[in-house]
Amino acid sequence: MQELRTLIGKEITLEWRQRYALNGMLLYIVSTVFVCYLSFRLKSNQLNPLTWNTLFWIIVLFTAVSAISKSFTQERAGRLLYYYTLASPRGIILSKILYNSGLMIVLSLAGFGFYAFVMGNPVGDIPMYLLTIVLAGIGFASTLTMVAGIASKAENNAALMSILSFPAIIPMLLMVMKLAKNALDGLDRSVSGEEIVVLLALDAIVVSLSLILFPYLWRS
Amino acid sequence: MKNNWWKVLAVVLLTYGFYFGLMGEVPRRNILNESIRNVYFHVSLWFATTLFLLTSAIYSIRYLRSNNLTDDIKAVEFTNVALLFGALGCATGSLWARVTWGDWWPNDPKLNSVAISMLMYFAYTVLRSSLEDEQKKARISAVYNIFAFAVFIPLIYILPRMTDSLHPGNGGNPAFGEYDMDNQMRRVFYPIIIGWMLLGTWIATLRIRVRALTSND
Repeated sequence: MQELRTLIGKEITLEWRQRYALNGMLLYIVSTVFVCYLSFRLKSNQLNPLTWNTLFWIIVLFTAVSAISKSFTQERAGRLLYYYTLASPRGIILSKILYNSGLMIVLSLAGFGFYAFVMGNPVGDIPMYLLTIVLAGIGFASTLTMVAGIASKAENNAALMSILSFPAIIPMLLMVMKLAKNALDGLDRSVSGEEIVVLLALDAIVVSLSLILFPYLWRS
Repeated sequence: MKNNWWKVLAVVLLTYGFYFGLMGEVPRRNILNESIRNVYFHVSLWFATTLFLLTSAIYSIRYLRSNNLTDDIKAVEFTNVALLFGALGCATGSLWARVTWGDWWPNDPKLNSVAISMLMYFAYTVLRSSLEDEQKKARISAVYNIFAFAVFIPLIYILPRMTDSLHPGNGGNPAFGEYDMDNQMRRVFYPIIIGWMLLGTWIATLRIRVRALTSND
């Protein structure tokens, strides 16, 4: 527990020292939203809620992939070796998952704020939509952290990251989009119960697999 | 002969299955008509594919425990066979969809899931080719393979059941077995499943032996 806290603290300090990366991510999501806004400008009043929702999640997905792919590459190999001598692999992956979840939640909430600001906000049930964003942040972060760990071991990291992560993340993305659509339409919350359970179950599978498999990945 | 009886069995079961699959009596159903015969080929191919992916995942787990490169080769070859059978499953499914649902690739959750999982396993082969060191390649791809299998099962067998799907047994549709299959069909269907599984294993073992021979040089 102590180890976990220290490792998360380390991630946050690291991020804070390289503030350009965090600011870069925020700028990335804001400019993507703005590009979408400009592209749809002519029809902003006719933007179908379905399109609105899909567009938002695609922006979040791309932000997630580019934000999390750096989580193993921003530190040099020598330093990773140093952590290897200090901390347990489970502590490292768990701290990275938790940290990336936090990062994704912050980024996607900020993204949602700006998106709703420029593109209009047709959401019927906002607390539910925010809950979806939080669940999605955790889910995306846990899947992508593991994939980033795999991709970081290979040569052409960036291309591999997208081909490995997009298929793996689709089940989660589909569930999230369905949940978001329910919230968007302001459906009764009992309708979404099943999706939330499936989403949490997928999260649980991914996190426990990461905990089991990461020690093997770490060793190489 | 003692160790090869199952290869003979594969040939016998598949010959039997193909003959009776194409020539045997089938029940008449609306829309499906004669295309109900595809249940022998399409469905059984997917059962076999799932078995090969499971086998591959098991060999990956074994590799991580043993660090024995033969386990890695087995995992790869079973994935390759699964990709071949999956491609055939897609092709037969596509033909069937054209006949019954009117489209080569209808927008159906199960089809999309299948497309995604094929992409996932093609990514596995790309991942392997992008790593140089044998041990490292084996370990990392084993980790990915287990991960991919854990995504594959919910993708194919759980998520489509929760949404509206054209496939039987999904989205509240009754499964095929309940109404449309009669005992006559089962007598062909089950042997052909086992036949495909044996044939795929045979292909995989041959390729594993070829690999073992070439890597010794």
